Amino acid sequence: MRNADADIALKRLGHIMTQGEIVAGCLAPHPPHLVYAENPPQNEPVAEGGWEQLRWGYERLRDSLKDVEYDAIVLLSPHWQTYVGTHFLGLPNFKSLSVDPVFPNLFRYHYDLNIDVDLTKRIHDKAAEAGLAVKMMENPDFRVDYGTITTGHMFNPSWDKPLVVISSNRSRDYYSVEVMQEMMIELGKVTREAIMESGKKVVVLASNSLSHRHFTTESAIPEDMSKEHITSHAMHLWDMRMIEYFKSGQAQRILNEMPEFTEQAIAESDGGGLSWLLSTLDTPTYPATLHGYGTIIGTGNAIVEWPERQHSGAVE
Amino acid sequence: MTEGRLVGSYIVPVHPHTVLVPEQNEGWQRLRDAFDDAAQRIKDADADLLVIYSTTWPSIIGHQIQADPNPEWVMVDHDFHDLGSIPYSFNIDADFAEAWNAANEKRGLKSRTINYTGFPIDVGSVVALKLLNPDNAIPAVIVSSNVYANRAETTVLAKSCLDVIKATGRKAVAVTAMSLSNRMFTAPIEPKDDKIHSLKDDEWNRKILEFLGEGRLEDVGQLSRTIHKQIRVQKVVAFKPMWWLSGMNGNRNNLTGDVLAYEAIHGAGGAVVHLDPTPSGAGDKEYDEDDVEFFAGERNVLDAEDQMESEDSAPSPDEKTSSGPALWEPTTQKGSVNSEAAPKPVGMYPHARKVGDLLYLSGVGPRQPGTNAIPGGPIHDDAGNPLDYDIKAQTRAVIDNITRILEEAGGSIADVLDVTSFLVDMDRDFAGYNEVWADTLGKVGPTRTTLAIRALPTPIAVEMKVIARAPTTE
Repeated sequence: MRNADADIALKRLGHIMTQGEIVAGCLAPHPPHLVYAENPPQNEPVAEGGWEQLRWGYERLRDSLKDVEYDAIVLLSPHWQTYVGTHFLGLPNFKSLSVDPVFPNLFRYHYDLNIDVDLTKRIHDKAAEAGLAVKMMENPDFRVDYGTITTGHMFNPSWDKPLVVISSNRSRDYYSVEVMQEMMIELGKVTREAIMESGKKVVVLASNSLSHRHFTTESAIPEDMSKEHITSHAMHLWDMRMIEYFKSGQAQRILNEMPEFTEQAIAESDGGGLSWLLSTLDTPTYPATLHGYGTIIGTGNAIVEWPERQHSGAVE
Repeated sequence: MTEGRLVGSYIVPVHPHTVLVPEQNEGWQRLRDAFDDAAQRIKDADADLLVIYSTTWPSIIGHQIQADPNPEWVMVDHDFHDLGSIPYSFNIDADFAEAWNAANEKRGLKSRTINYTGFPIDVGSVVALKLLNPDNAIPAVIVSSNVYANRAETTVLAKSCLDVIKATGRKAVAVTAMSLSNRMFTAPIEPKDDKIHSLKDDEWNRKILEFLGEGRLEDVGQLSRTIHKQIRVQKVVAFKPMWWLSGMNGNRNNLTGDVLAYEAIHGAGGAVVHLDPTPSGAGDKEYDEDDVEFFAGERNVLDAEDQMESEDSAPSPDEKTSSGPALWEPTTQKGSVNSEAAPKPVGMYPHARKVGDLLYLSGVGPRQPGTNAIPGGPIHDDAGNPLDYDIKAQTRAVIDNITRILEEAGGSIADVLDVTSFLVDMDRDFAGYNEVWADTLGKVGPTRTTLAIRALPTPIAVEMKVIARAPTTE
C-alpha cells in the first residue's frame, strides 16, 4: 500500500505527463508588405524585395524555433475585428483568396489553412466559463483576414501546423484601453489554462504593429526603401521604450503603460493582441529576444520572441 | 448633352440583418420595407447612377474607388456570420470610377481605383446595393472612407464627384451606408430584445432625424464632429458621410427630407432617409465653415521635407513662391481695403482703394489665401511646361476672391459695376469663363470687357480688374 507522499508524487507525475506547454510567445506583425516582398507563389502581386530588416527578423524567429517541436499555433489578429465579443474560427479548414481591402495592390493571397478545432473549442469554452462573450465562427464562406494570413505565412510558410485563430474584440473602441486590457488579460489566462489542459505544445502569436501612424501616400514603387521611415520621432521613442521593456523582461510595466502607449503611439495594441499575449505567457519577467525592428509605410514593427520553453518549468 | 445632376440622396444602415433575416424582428422588417420603398423611388426618379460612400470600407492611402465592372463573391459579416452568407454580383460603372479618380487629382485629392478579382466588397456597400438596386439595373460606383480624411478632403471628394456627374450628364443618386449611433450590444442578444443601446443615443438619433426630415443636411454636416463625440464608437472612421453627402447636395439646408424608417440593429441606430433636392423652403444655414474647392492639405507624408517648406509662415517679399513671384504684404495708404481672406499681392499695392463713392480693386486672380494654391491647377509647371487646367474652377476662385475683398469693405458682390477680364488663352478658355460669369457676375449685371493677353505674373489663366460701388458709411 502506497503512502500519502507516494500518492501525491504519482498524481503530480500524471499531471506533468498530460500538461500542455507554451513553447514560445511572439509578437509577429502582419503588414501585407512583408508577404508581398517575399514573393511566395500564393500571392499574386510581384515585388522587387523590400522591408528586409523585418523579413530577416522573421527568418531569425523561424531559425530560433526550427528544432522545437510543437503541435499548434494560436494567433490573435487585429484585422478580424469583432464588436460582439471574441470569435474563433471553428471549422477544420479554410481555403480561399484573401485580398487586403487597404492594400489590394500588394496582397491577394490564395490560402489553405487548417484549424485545430479541438484546442479552439477548449479556449472558447473556458472563455465562456469566465464570463467573456464568445462565438465560434462556423460559416464555410467566411474569408480569413489578411492579418492572420500574413503572420501565419511569415511565421510558418509551409503552413504545416494547425492554427487557432482568435478575433480582435474591439472593446477598446467601446470602452477604453483599460477595459480592453482587463478583458484580454482574462482571455490570456483562459488561453493558457486551455493549452495546459490540452496536453499540446503550442506557439502563441500576437499579430500587431507597435506605433501605427501610416503614411497616407504610397510611392510609385511600394518597395522603394528610400521612402521608408517612421512617421515621427515621437513614434520612434515609444517603440524603443517598448522594445527596452521587452528586452529587459518588464512585461508588467508594458501592461501598466499600455493606455498611454496605445493612445500616444496610435498603437495597434488597441486590438488587444499584445495584452493577451503577455497574459497568456503569465506576464513574463525574463528577457525576450528581439529578432528585428523596422518600419512599414511609417508604422513601427518589432518581431519579438519570449522563449517560454526555457522558462516555464512545465516540462522538467 | 444636358448637364448631369443629383436626383436624390439616401442614408441607409449597414448591418446584414435587413438582407438576411428581416423577419426575425419587426424593426428590421420595417427597415427592409423602407429599403424597398427607397429602391422604388430611385427607379421612379429614372436614376442612371448610384454613388455609394461606405463607412465600412476604410482606406489609408487616400480614397479608393471600386472600378471592377463586375465584382462577384460571397460576403460574410465579421460579426454576424451566423446569420448567413450574401452572394453578390454587381454592375459597377468603371468609366465613371476612373473619371472620378481623375477629377480628384485635378482638385488636389489623392485617390486610386481598385480593380482586383476577389476584392472584398464591404458589408455596407453589399447591403445598400442588394436592396436599393436588386436587379442591378442601375450602374453603381463605390468609394471608401479614408481614416485620415478631414472635412476639406471629404468635401472636395464630393465636389469632384459632382464635376463628373455634371460633365457626363448623369442622373445620379448619392447613398451613404452608415449607422447613426453605432454602439452595438457587446454580447449576443435575442432578435426580439433589440433596441437602441441607450436613451442618450436614441435622443441624439431622433434629433439628427428631425434635422434630416426638415431637409437640413448641412446643419447635420456642421454638427458632424459633435455627433461623433456624443454617440459614435471610435472604430476607424468619424461621422464623415454627412460631410460628403452635404457636399454632394451643394451644402444646402433646404432639401426635402423624408425619414422612411428608424430602428435598432443590435443596438446601433439604423435609418433609411430620403433627401430630395427639391427646395423645401425650410432652414437657412445657421453658420458655415469655410468652403473648399481644391484640396491643398498636409497629407503628403512621404514628401515631408517639401511639406515643411510649404508650412512656413508667409514668405517675405524677396522670397519666390512655388506659384510665381514673391508675395507682398498689401499697402495701407488712406482708403486702402485689405483682406486676410484674399491672396497676398505680388507687388507693392493694396487689394482695393476707396475713392469717393467708388471702390477700385487691384487685379484679382484665383490664388488661394494662405496656401497660394490655384484651384483648377496652374497653367504651367515651374519649368514652364504647360499643364492642363480647369478654367471654370479658376474663374470661380477669382470671383470668390473678389467677393471676399468686397465683403471686407462692407459690401458684397452685388456692388460690382465694371469688370475688365484678362485671359491668357482666349480660344481655349472663353467659353468656360463665360459660363461661370453667367452663373455669377452675369446675374449682378456689371459692364464687362474681356481682353486676351500673353501672360500674367503667376501661372494663372484669368484675372479681373473690378470697379465697385463703395458701401455707404452709416
